[in-house]
Amino acid sequence: MNKARDLARDSITEPRWVRVTLTLVALTFLVLFLVLPLASVFTEALRQGVLAYARSVVEPDALAAIRLTLTVAAIAVPVNVLFGLTASWCIAKFEFRFKALLITLIDLPFSVSPVISGLVYVLLFGAQGLFGKFLMAHGIQIIFHVSALVLATIFVTFPFVARELIPLMQEQGTDEEEAATVLGASGLQTFFRVTLPNVKWGLLYGVLLCNARAMGEFGAVSVVSGHIRGMTNTMPLHVEILYNEYNFVGAFAVASLLALLALVTLVMKSLVEWRFGDELATGGRRH
Amino acid sequence: MPGSEQQGIRALGGWLRGPWKKPSVLPGFGPTLGYTIFYLSLVVLIPLAALLWRPAELGLSGMIAEVTAPRVLAALRLSFGTALIAACINAVFGLIVAWVLVRYDFPFKRIIDAAVDLPFALPTAVAGIALTALYAPNGWIGQLLEPWGLKVAFTPLGIAVALTFIGLPFVVRTVEPVLQDLDNEIEEAAASLGATRLQTFTRVLLPAILPALLTGFALSFARAVGEYGSVIFIAGNMPMKSEIAPLLIVIKLEQFNYAGAAAIAVVMLSASFAMLLVINIIQRWAQRWGQ
Repeated sequence: MNKARDLARDSITEPRWVRVTLTLVALTFLVLFLVLPLASVFTEALRQGVLAYARSVVEPDALAAIRLTLTVAAIAVPVNVLFGLTASWCIAKFEFRFKALLITLIDLPFSVSPVISGLVYVLLFGAQGLFGKFLMAHGIQIIFHVSALVLATIFVTFPFVARELIPLMQEQGTDEEEAATVLGASGLQTFFRVTLPNVKWGLLYGVLLCNARAMGEFGAVSVVSGHIRGMTNTMPLHVEILYNEYNFVGAFAVASLLALLALVTLVMKSLVEWRFGDELATGGRRH
Repeated sequence: MPGSEQQGIRALGGWLRGPWKKPSVLPGFGPTLGYTIFYLSLVVLIPLAALLWRPAELGLSGMIAEVTAPRVLAALRLSFGTALIAACINAVFGLIVAWVLVRYDFPFKRIIDAAVDLPFALPTAVAGIALTALYAPNGWIGQLLEPWGLKVAFTPLGIAVALTFIGLPFVVRTVEPVLQDLDNEIEEAAASLGATRLQTFTRVLLPAILPALLTGFALSFARAVGEYGSVIFIAGNMPMKSEIAPLLIVIKLEQFNYAGAAAIAVVMLSASFAMLLVINIIQRWAQRWGQ
């Protein structure tokens, strides 16, 4: 009996040497492209000891960059959460024409180069932009100002929450909400007592990815920031400035904070996947 | 995204026939749709429209002259060429990684599986300086390659390395679910009919995962073409040699050549929309093939 099962298994797997070779190739590739870059961030950051590391992290410009990154994410993420919840309610709970087009448009920012995401706001609000003269006449500055950083960040993180919630809410259907409504619950009651508890893990998942991108975005904010130290320098931009000044310990120290953020995001995301995988959307998770 | 055109065509047919929304007892359709469209237009659609308006002032011939300047052409060729190389590397190794993760058992498999998403979570600037440190002539990998006369950092080869890094998860994550859903019985049938393992793979398994593989390839290519943060550190950024198209947009902006920057952006954006269309067609073809 056992032998028969072994034979059946042997027929659909590869010889041992093939399995070992493929596994080694895969692991070598992952070590080369994932583990080594991550390890080098921390090694380079600690190259001159813990003291130099700590000094680079608490240096005023670095602190200002950290504060700015947190501020930008604290604005961009909630704004996109609000949008994600609103869009997924109307897309997942109702049937209407042009829904597919609407979903494609929401996904659009994913296929736009980060540099172009920043460029569009310069073309609108820059000194020679479409509204440049108007803004200048009224003393409003957007480009080279925190508001442009926020705008560009909202653009690049725009689809994250919505694209996580839409397939999830579509899978869950409308039965529970309809029952609640028929029993006399108001729209908001239905949403907060029925829909939101059902999608909370999917929402958290979307927020994690959205936040990681918001704090780590480089290309889009680089175009609109003007790189004013202590004013419009987010953490990734600060990394670039330090690196270009050959202050490698400083650059890698700030970079290591961002790498830690990425690791925390990965751990939390995996925990959500492992524990509440059945409460997430089953569709392709690509971003 | 899958089959969105099909849905679109069906939607158009229905719209011509009857009302555009099915009745529902649930409240809030009007306000939520209104807010969605308003916010989408404000954040995404109007800014993207501004991109088309700017190069229009150059006129068609001016725009063609702008994007066919030798430096621009070299940058576009470099961006698309290195993205293609990176996507090919990712297709081959991504398939192997997905295969190993789904089919074989080894220690720490779950953690390794989770780590595949690192390029999505790690800020691109961090990836850029880390890869540069690794592949610089005195770096961990660079000093191993130096005796062989192989220079990676500050050459187009380095750009391909950075683009491979940022596109790595796409192929793995699109192929993995398809491999998981494959039925063992098909392989057993092939084996019992006398196929060797290699024949089973090339004739039975590969055709089944090909659409997902192509989708992953296209996604990683599309992402790589527009990538900026991880590339500019490792590229060396020599005009005509190692200057990518997104960097040239930034340079034109710094010279206040807004129209020139927008013209390159329009070319790149058209290319990524074409890629989006290709991905849609692949997925539609896969759906029909699966039936």
